[in-house]
Amino acid sequence: MSEELVFRFKVDGDDFTSAGQASVQVKKNLRQLGLSAEVIKRVSVAMYEGEINMVIHAGGGDAEVRVSEDYIEIVLDDKGPGIKNIDLAMQEGYSTASDTIRSLGFGAGMGLPNMRKYTDYMDIQSEIGVGTKIVMRVNC
Amino acid sequence: MTVNELISTGYFKPVSLPSPNREIVGAYVGDLLSWVMGRAEADNAWITIMSNVNVIAVATLTDVSCVILAEGVSLDGEVLSVALEKGVNVLSCELPLYEAAIKLGGMI
Ligand SMILES: Nc1ncnc2c1ncn2[C@@H]1O[C@H](COP(=O)(O)OP(=O)(O)O)[C@@H](O)[C@H]1O
Ligand SMILES: [Mg+2]
Repeated sequence: MSEELVFRFKVDGDDFTSAGQASVQVKKNLRQLGLSAEVIKRVSVAMYEGEINMVIHAGGGDAEVRVSEDYIEIVLDDKGPGIKNIDLAMQEGYSTASDTIRSLGFGAGMGLPNMRKYTDYMDIQSEIGVGTKIVMRVNC
Repeated sequence: MTVNELISTGYFKPVSLPSPNREIVGAYVGDLLSWVMGRAEADNAWITIMSNVNVIAVATLTDVSCVILAEGVSLDGEVLSVALEKGVNVLSCELPLYEAAIKLGGMI
């Protein structure tokens, strides 16, 4: 791979039924590129958690996945409410999700911790009332 | 054991069966999607009581060989059509989660 490949997705904020679609598509694309099962699994988990967070916490957003020689980079950008306390949000089990969201199986407070655990690099930029931008990388 | 062979034991009924010959290797039990995303392995059977459409996305992403709905939980028609479209096997049983896991564990 000499050229950088980029996949872009709009993540719909009010459609639970399609939540996860971008991640499913990314997984398919990475498989076609012949990446290892381990790398694909890590990208899938990180991307899915980030995608779901944009749907349940931020009203949707944009996702971008770049495939370069050394790593897969996932960039998630939303114009949601922002994260007040990132350290707190990163703790396992911390969640502000509503009961309705929980009844769907989300809101375990494991999303951000999983994203950190499954990636080699993760950076969160968030501003209250402006939005959140998360960059993650998985080395391949 | 394949998903089809599991069904032929009579304890688990097919709900959606687009890939009957998938091999079952190990299992995972859980309802919180983040846990399942992080812990379930490819080819596991995933036993759960969750049946909304997000289960199908998680099953696709984790590449489990089948979803087993325990406790008599059923799929609504819309979710079923997504499962078929995405090629996700879904079985169901009347057994409570624990008994379903024990039953499955004794066979795979
Ligand atoms: N994109 C986002 N925009 C605003 N808040 C977010 C975003 N992502 C995460 N959060 C906040 O961080 C918390 C923890 O996130 P996470 O670990 O994924 O747990 P969960 O999604 O299960 O609540 C969320 O409950 C929410 O308050
Ligand atoms: Mg989350």
